[in-house]
Amino acid sequence: MGSKVRVEASVNGEKVDFLCDPRQSLLECLRDVLNLTGTKEGCNDGNCGACSVLLNGRLVNACLVLGAEIDGQEVTTVEGLSASGQLHPLQQAFLDNAAIQCGYCTPGMLMAAKALLDRNPDPTEQQIRFWMAGNLCRCTGYDKIVRAVMDAAARLRESRPNRQEGEEAAT
Amino acid sequence: MNKKADQDPAAGTPTAPYKVIGSRPMAQDAVDKARGRADCATNVKLPGMLHGRILRSPHAHARVLSMDTSRAEALPGVLAAATWKDLWTADELASPEKVSPDRKHFRDTYLASDKVLYCGHPVAAVAATDPWLAEEALKLIEVRYEVLRPILDPHLAAGEASPFLHEEAGANVLESPPGMGGNVTGRTERIKGDPEKGFAEADIVIEREFRVPTVHQGYLEPQVAVASWTSDRSVKLWSATQGAFYVRRDAAELLRLAVAKVKVIPMEPGGAFGGRNNSFLEPVAALLARKAGRPVRMIMTRAEVFEATCPSSGCFMRLKMGATREGKITAAAAYLLFESGAYPSMTWASRAADCMLAPYDIPNGRIDAYDVLVNKPKSGAYRAPSATQVTFAYESVIDEISGLIGMDPMAFRLKNAAREGTLRIGGAAYPRVGFVETMQAAMETEHYKTPFEGPFRGRGVACGWWPNNGLPSTCSMGVNPDGSVNLTMGSVDLGSNARTAVAMQTAEALSIPLGDVHVHVGDTDTIGYTATSGGSRTTFSTGIAAIEAARELLRRMGERAALIWKVDSSTVSHAEGVFTTSTDPAKRLTFKAVAAKVLTTGSPLFVTASVDPKGVGSAMATHIVDLEVDPETGKVTILRYTAIQDVGKAIHPVHIEGQIHGAVGQGIGRALSEGYQFDDQGKLLNRTFLDYRMPTMADLPLIETVLVEVPNPGHPYGVRGVAEPPVTPPPAAIAIALHRALGIRMNELPMSPEAILRKMGIIQ
Repeated sequence: MGSKVRVEASVNGEKVDFLCDPRQSLLECLRDVLNLTGTKEGCNDGNCGACSVLLNGRLVNACLVLGAEIDGQEVTTVEGLSASGQLHPLQQAFLDNAAIQCGYCTPGMLMAAKALLDRNPDPTEQQIRFWMAGNLCRCTGYDKIVRAVMDAAARLRESRPNRQEGEEAAT
Repeated sequence: MNKKADQDPAAGTPTAPYKVIGSRPMAQDAVDKARGRADCATNVKLPGMLHGRILRSPHAHARVLSMDTSRAEALPGVLAAATWKDLWTADELASPEKVSPDRKHFRDTYLASDKVLYCGHPVAAVAATDPWLAEEALKLIEVRYEVLRPILDPHLAAGEASPFLHEEAGANVLESPPGMGGNVTGRTERIKGDPEKGFAEADIVIEREFRVPTVHQGYLEPQVAVASWTSDRSVKLWSATQGAFYVRRDAAELLRLAVAKVKVIPMEPGGAFGGRNNSFLEPVAALLARKAGRPVRMIMTRAEVFEATCPSSGCFMRLKMGATREGKITAAAAYLLFESGAYPSMTWASRAADCMLAPYDIPNGRIDAYDVLVNKPKSGAYRAPSATQVTFAYESVIDEISGLIGMDPMAFRLKNAAREGTLRIGGAAYPRVGFVETMQAAMETEHYKTPFEGPFRGRGVACGWWPNNGLPSTCSMGVNPDGSVNLTMGSVDLGSNARTAVAMQTAEALSIPLGDVHVHVGDTDTIGYTATSGGSRTTFSTGIAAIEAARELLRRMGERAALIWKVDSSTVSHAEGVFTTSTDPAKRLTFKAVAAKVLTTGSPLFVTASVDPKGVGSAMATHIVDLEVDPETGKVTILRYTAIQDVGKAIHPVHIEGQIHGAVGQGIGRALSEGYQFDDQGKLLNRTFLDYRMPTMADLPLIETVLVEVPNPGHPYGVRGVAEPPVTPPPAAIAIALHRALGIRMNELPMSPEAILRKMGIIQ
């Protein structure tokens, strides 16, 4: 099995320091080592998006990243969205739009949507659908999720009217 | 269209306007889901917990000559290995005469004994200190097989010349209907009127064949179980099940335990859709945990979920229909061959017979439906099981025959629609149903009235129907001194927001604010028997249990009010949240005021109601789809979709919309992209979400919904099940739209780009 690797990283703004097997994925490290079970495993091969997290602000499938790779990096998971105790506007919009059924895809959906809105604060329906096509949901037909993301985008635009220069547009 | 529910005078609640029912409160349990805090079974971790894995058959059909787990058991860190021999031997299993096939089947679905019957069939299991070690240990288990030819084609499997799947010394152990082969395990025959005479009266008769592949429920959370034994030899099981009491039954049976010794804790399931009615891992995890003396967690890989759980029944259907030039159906006859997979299961053929042409008045009909074994995973329930398949067939035929007689298909449907009192093929008469109202509401939508034209574009309209389920449910309810109420239900909330729907009915029945009802899903030790959350039954059945418990609670609180007032309890009544006595109009006590005195006037008030309601209301959905086909690639783009449905009285309209949206998404998946693909050796080829193509966000449009409210007379507030009717029409609606777009009639699912190009003659 080999010896364990020591990893120091920032997870949801907190410094963490843990040992992991070299073969453990970031998903396994989050869930089994750091007890951050909000990030879900749906397929473990990068096809469902349930384990979507942000790595240095970039959207990744945690099952396709090795735990050891996050050494010195910043990771944000669903637990980090409401770290202040206040629900993130995306979480509130998902709740207000009844965009959550079984809820298993929800953490990944929220992280994918956050990555989108961080880049493009005013996405069209089509831009949302293409950006989030890597996140499967079997319960909702995506209808209320799309509406929730648009709603959250509007709320976020209201709360920060002066958009920073230089933000790249979503493709 | 908002008709009011028939009032049940015993309900003690006003007919209208409702205070809680029909409102749109946020689901309280969703907050934890939004924060990543939902209690999923995959999160359960116990001290000393081991990780279990299953060795699965690489062959679709083989005899097992020997199994040897000794090398795996010798691997350091492996604490237990198990095979069927750890369950029952043939001797223990034996009834006085011979082995009972049903019980052997039951055992062998968890761990195979003499034969493996599909790729992925469990053969042995191990538990080790980490999941990789368990995986390594599987490679050390030696199994010798005599590989047999797999029986994959249902027609060949049903033939008298076919080898048997279930054999003992060369003889079939199952009884088959006369004239059918040994793999046919069930026959359903339904007759109404005189079909021969009916076809003779028709001006036009068509007969068409349809094929639908096996599809998977596609829930996102893999199958999972955690087992832990207590020192008094009882076992606790954490499961992502739809039906905790079903898991309890299976585990008790397989482990030879008293049912009371098994406690099943249902966790928040990550999707279900019928795929979590069966247990796969729980009894095996319990077996491993017992052998190892430590808790065991088992989680399937996605490939295992596809290969070795209970997907839907693949089928062949032949449907013949006769009609007059005036557009009246005179007769119909259906031959249905439904795959039950490797083991006889619930009879999906008989469900298909229930649903075939159900929303229509067929004066003369005949249905012959057969279940047949094949070397594929055992078939299970998937949202409106068998109904989506037969709807594809009957709506396609109805559209074609109405076109041939030159009649508008909706006018044809309306002319033949079943109404209250209509007898179905097979006998039962409908109570009040909303088929006509649903069709009319569809025709009144802006979508239906707006023309849709253009090259390679087409609109399709199709109806669908599902009977809905009743089945037993239990709720308990306790009132607290502050007037809040604890409601525990035995039904698992699959994400339909059943908790909210049941709490809303409770609040309505008690005339208290919804916020005063705290709802909780019980485990099998804390709540009475409740059937699985399936068949769109929970808001109906569990709702009735909650209403009955609420009535009993009010009756007993009325007794306390009588004690406080020193009057006879028969003089006390309750309305609008206030208790009064006919002896003195000035005396009034609110619900909260009585609640505050419960503990000082007698025993605590805690009531339970167990029900098995029979007044199930079936429901119809009518869907309209506009699509466009790329003639070069065959790709279909859905441009607009409207789903109209009789939902009975809508308890929570927004959550009902959510059910309809999800069902439409799944139905579009079945229509266009989903289907198991096996190679000629019975190996499943598409075992990932990349190859098994469920709709993504980019594949679907926004989905418009219209809720038609025709109350079900069998429920105090008029509830009908809502989750399954809307999965039935999409394949038919899309096939009909493809006919308008391209002039072709698709008769096989999925209607993939390749299948469409082939039908267009563009590719071979």
